[in-house]
Amino acid sequence: MAILGSGPAGLSAAAHAAALGLSHVLLEKTDHLSDTIYRYQKGKHVMATPSQLVLRADLDFTAGKREAVLDTWNAGTTAAGVNVRLNAEVRAVEGEAGDFTITLANGDVVHAQTLVLAIGTQGNPNLMRCEGANLPHVQYQLDDPGAYMDEHITVVGTGDAGIENALGLIADPALCNVVSILNRSADFAKAKDANVKLLNEARDSGRLQVLTEASTSRIEEGWITVERPDGEIRFRCDRVIARMGSQPPRKFIEAMGVEFTSEAPGAFPKLSPTFESTKRGIYVIGALAGYPLIKHCMNQGHDVVEYIAGNTRLRPADEPIIEAKLAGLPKGRSVDEWLEHIRQSVEILRGLSPLQMREFLLDAEVRAWPAGEAIFHKNAIGSSLFGIVEGTVLVEVNPADPAITVPIAAGSIFGEVGLISGRRRGATVRAGAGAGCICIEIPRIAALKLMGTVDAARETVNRITTERQLLQLFGSGLTAADISGILATAEVRDVRRGEAIIKEGAEGFDIFVIRSGSMVVEKELGGKSIFLRYLPAGSYVGEMALFEDGVRTATVRAAIKSQVVRLEGEGFRRLLEAKPQLARSMREEASARRKINRFIEQKKESFSGVVDMYSSVANFLVTEGLGEATDVLLIDEKLCIGCDNCETACADTHDGLSRLDREAGRTYAHMHVPTSCRHCEAPYCMTDCPPNAIRRGADGEVFIDETCIGCGNCQRNCPYDVIRMDKKPGKKPGLASWLFLGLGPGPGEPDTAWKKKHTSPEAAKVAIKCDMCAGRKGGPACVRACPTGAAIRVSPEQFLSVALMERD
Amino acid sequence: MSAGGQTRGRAKTIRHVGFLRHGGFRWLFVALVLCFGAVWGYQRFEPDPPSGGSWYGYGLGTVAALMILWLAYLGVRKRSITPGTWTLKGWVSAHVYLGMALALIATLHTAFQFGWNLHTLFYGLMLLVIASGLVGVILYVAMPRVLSANRAELTERQMLEQIEALDQQLHEAALPLSSEAAAAVRGSIRNSPIGGLHGRCGTARAVSIIERLRRGPVPDAGLDAVAGLLNKKSGALARARRHARIKAVLQAWLYIHVPATFAVLAAMVAHIVAVFFYA
Repeated sequence: MAILGSGPAGLSAAAHAAALGLSHVLLEKTDHLSDTIYRYQKGKHVMATPSQLVLRADLDFTAGKREAVLDTWNAGTTAAGVNVRLNAEVRAVEGEAGDFTITLANGDVVHAQTLVLAIGTQGNPNLMRCEGANLPHVQYQLDDPGAYMDEHITVVGTGDAGIENALGLIADPALCNVVSILNRSADFAKAKDANVKLLNEARDSGRLQVLTEASTSRIEEGWITVERPDGEIRFRCDRVIARMGSQPPRKFIEAMGVEFTSEAPGAFPKLSPTFESTKRGIYVIGALAGYPLIKHCMNQGHDVVEYIAGNTRLRPADEPIIEAKLAGLPKGRSVDEWLEHIRQSVEILRGLSPLQMREFLLDAEVRAWPAGEAIFHKNAIGSSLFGIVEGTVLVEVNPADPAITVPIAAGSIFGEVGLISGRRRGATVRAGAGAGCICIEIPRIAALKLMGTVDAARETVNRITTERQLLQLFGSGLTAADISGILATAEVRDVRRGEAIIKEGAEGFDIFVIRSGSMVVEKELGGKSIFLRYLPAGSYVGEMALFEDGVRTATVRAAIKSQVVRLEGEGFRRLLEAKPQLARSMREEASARRKINRFIEQKKESFSGVVDMYSSVANFLVTEGLGEATDVLLIDEKLCIGCDNCETACADTHDGLSRLDREAGRTYAHMHVPTSCRHCEAPYCMTDCPPNAIRRGADGEVFIDETCIGCGNCQRNCPYDVIRMDKKPGKKPGLASWLFLGLGPGPGEPDTAWKKKHTSPEAAKVAIKCDMCAGRKGGPACVRACPTGAAIRVSPEQFLSVALMERD
Repeated sequence: MSAGGQTRGRAKTIRHVGFLRHGGFRWLFVALVLCFGAVWGYQRFEPDPPSGGSWYGYGLGTVAALMILWLAYLGVRKRSITPGTWTLKGWVSAHVYLGMALALIATLHTAFQFGWNLHTLFYGLMLLVIASGLVGVILYVAMPRVLSANRAELTERQMLEQIEALDQQLHEAALPLSSEAAAAVRGSIRNSPIGGLHGRCGTARAVSIIERLRRGPVPDAGLDAVAGLLNKKSGALARARRHARIKAVLQAWLYIHVPATFAVLAAMVAHIVAVFFYA
C-alpha cells in the first residue's frame, strides 16, 4: 500500500497500516511530515473540532500549539514504525488495482497494490520561470516574517498570501528590511479589499515599494531585474519570496483515472462509502475528499486502512453524532437508510455522493414537525435553507389571513430568500396537515458551499428562488404555471455598486427584481439628480414604463453590489393581459410611486432647497453604507451635546469596552454616521471567520460569540472599521462605590492604565463589535442613554423615505 | 433550530425627536396639569391668611420635596444604564418640565412668606438650581449645531494630532532659518496652549515676527514655507480652541447646577427638621 501525502489523514493511515503490520510506504514531497501544519505560523493554536467526535486514530491529537501537535505526531510516527520516504514527490501513477507503478520526481519507481491519496487541496506552488529562478534565495513560502533582518526582500505576487507576507516583513521596523512587492497587472483583483487597503497605506507611508505592471526578468545573487512598461530596472534583492498561487492537484488526479463530481472548481472526487474512487484500488481521504478538519482526516486515515484490510463492518466515527441528529425522527430506518432517503428525496441534495451526504448532515439538522406547527415565523431572523424530506409545508402568503396558504411539496426547498438576501423571513411556514413534515435545515454556510460545489443544486436553488420571489412579489393568485413563460427568459445579473440598470429617458420596459443588495431611484430635476426612493432586496422596479409609453421615467442604480433578475417586458405585458387582477394591483403600486414622485417634483418647484437637501442627505447616507445596512446608529448633530454618554453606556453594558466611536465618522448636514456596526445584510465580517463565531441573532444583530479565536480576519474585512481587537478587562466596582468611596474608574470605559492593571495576563485579544444589545428589552444602550435624543437607530427602508424631508 | 424564532418583544424604535418634544410633549402636558391643579387648589383650599403650615401647604410641600428628590436622582440615572425600557431622553424631558413646574409649586408652598431665614435660603437655592437648569436647556438647544459645524468631521484627538504634525513640520522647516525666526517658531511649538487662561499665544507672536522678517530687506526663502505652516497651525489652533470653548460652555452651567443641587438637598433636610422640631 502506498500512501501519498503525510498530512493528518495520510499520517494516520500510515500509522494504522504499520500497527496492522501491512506492507506500506508513506510518500512525502517535502523533507518533513505534515507540511500544511508545519507551515502554520509559529505558536499557532491548532483546534480540535468538532469536539463531540471521537478520535479513533493510532496517533494522538489534542488541541494545542503547532509545535506540540507536530512533536506528538513525529514521535508517534517513529514509535509506530511507519515506513516514511521524505523528499518523494510523485510525478505519475500508472497501472491498475493490484499493480500500480508510481514514478517519483528523482526517477525512482515504487510499486503498490493499492493507493491512498491524502494530498490535500493546496497543490504545488506556481514556480518562477525567469533566469536565476532556481537560485537558493528564491523561496515559495514564508514561515516566520520575524526571522529576516536588514535584508532587501522582493515579494512576487499580490494575491492575499503575497500581500500578507510583505506586510508581515515590514511589521516590525526594527528589523530594517527593505521590502518591494511586484504585481503583474495594474490593479489588485486577486486580493481582499482589506489587504489592498493595508498595502496602499504601507506604500503611501513609504514603508514598502509597490511595483505594478512588473514582471521579473532575471534573478542574480543580491540583485533582481524587473521589466516594466517603461523599461527594465535592477535593484538590490537578497531574497525573493514568490507567492503566485498554486496549481490545484485536480489534473494530476484525473490523469490517474479518478473522476470528479462536476466541472466546478470546488468539486471533489466521486467516492464510494469506503473512500474508493472511480478508479479501483485508488482511495481518497482528507481535505481532497472534502473533509477539511484534522480530526475527520485522522479518523478517515484509520478507517480507510481498515476497509482496505477487508473490514466491512466498520461504522464511521461520526455515526453516533448522526444517530443523535436523527433521534427525533420516526423509527424504522437505519442511519444509512435515512441518509439515502434524505439524499434521494430532496432535489438539491441528489448531486451529493453518499459520503458527502454524511459530511453534509454533520452541519445540518433534521427534524419532524407535527401538523400545523410553525417552522419559522414571518419577520424572524434566519438565513438557513430548508429542504422537505417528507410531507408538505404551508406558506402563509397573506399576513392578514393565516388561513390563506400555499403548499410546498416534498423534495422542494424553502427559506431561500433569507439565504440569498440575508433579510428577515418573508412569511410564516407551518407543517402541512396529516402526518406533518420532516425537513432538513441547512445553515447558510453549508448551503452556499453546496451551491458552490454542485452545479445542479445551484441551478435548482436559483430557479426555485426566482419563481418564489415572483409569486410572492406579485401575489394576485398567480401560480407557478402562470409565470413559467417569463421565467424561461429571466436572467440573473450581477450589478456593480453605482451601475445603472435603468436609465432615465431610455426606452424599454423590462422589469427588474432585486434579489440581493439594494437600489436607489433618481430623477433629473432642474439640472440636478434628485433621490426619489430606496429599494431594498425583494422589491421590483421598472413597471412604470410598462403602463406608460415604454420610456423610463427615472434612473435606477445599485447602492451596493447587487444581484437582479431581469424579466422581459414583452412577456410580462402578456402576463398582465391574462391576469387583470395582477395588472390592477401593479397599476396601484405604480400610481402610489408616481404620487411620491409628483410630490417631490412639486416640492422641488416651490421649495427647491428642501428637496436638494433631502436628496443630498439621502445620497450621503447611501454612500456611507446605509444601502447594505439593516440597522445603523445615526447621530443628529443638531441635538448632540458631545457628552459621550452613548459610549459610556455601551462600555458599561459590554464588559467595560465601548463598541462605538461617536466622534469618528462622516457628517453631512448635521447628520453624523459614527463608527459603529451597521449589521450589514451580507456581513463582510462573516466571510472569513475560521471558527464560524460570527452569526446573526434573533433581533437581526450580527454578533461574535465566545468561540472567537482572535485572528482579526473580521476586523480586516470590515470596510467600516467597527470591529476592535481587545482583551476584556476585569469587573469594575459598582456605581455607589465610585460615587461615595471613589473606588474604581467610574462609569464608562476605564483608562488604559486601569485596564492594564485589571486584565488577566493570560487573556487573549478577541474581536469586539456591536451586538445591538441583544436580549435587552429596552433596546440598544447607546440610544437609551442619549439625554437629548440625538442618537437614533434606523433601518434604511424606514429612514430613506420622504419622511426624511420633514426632519426638523 | 430557528423554528419559532419570532423577534422578541423589544422596545419600539425610538422616534427621532429631541428631548423637548419627547413623546408629543407628554411631560410638558403633565407639568401644566400639575401647575394648574396646584393654583386651582391654592385658591380653593388655602385658608386666609395663606401659610405653608395649612394642610394644603403641607401637601404642596410634600409633593415639592418628593419632586426634588426625584429630579436629583437624574444624576444617578444617567450614570447607570440599568435594565428596563426607560430612556434617558424621557427622563431628561420629564426633568426639564417637572423642574419648571417645581418653581411654581414651591412658590405656592411658601405662601409668599419670605424673610431672612433658612427657609427662604432653601427656596432661593432651589430657584438658582432651576434657573441654571434653564440656561442648560437653552445651551443644549443652541450649541450642538455650532459644535458640529466647528469640528468639520474631525475628532478631538485628530485636532490635536493635526497640530502635533504641524509642529513636527515647523520644527524641520525652521532648522535652516535665522536664530530670530527659529526662536519664534520654537515659541509657537512650546507655547500654544489650547485650553486655560493664557497670555499671548506663541503661534500668534510667531506669525507676526515671521511676517515682519519676510518684509525685511533680505528675506530668507525658507520663511515662506514657515509662514504657510504657521497659517495652517493658526487655523487648526483656532478650531481646537473653539471646540474646547463650546464643550466647556456646554458643561459650565453644570458647575452651578450640580453643587447647588447638593446644597438644596442639605437645605431641604434642615428646612424639614426645623419645621417639625422647632415650629
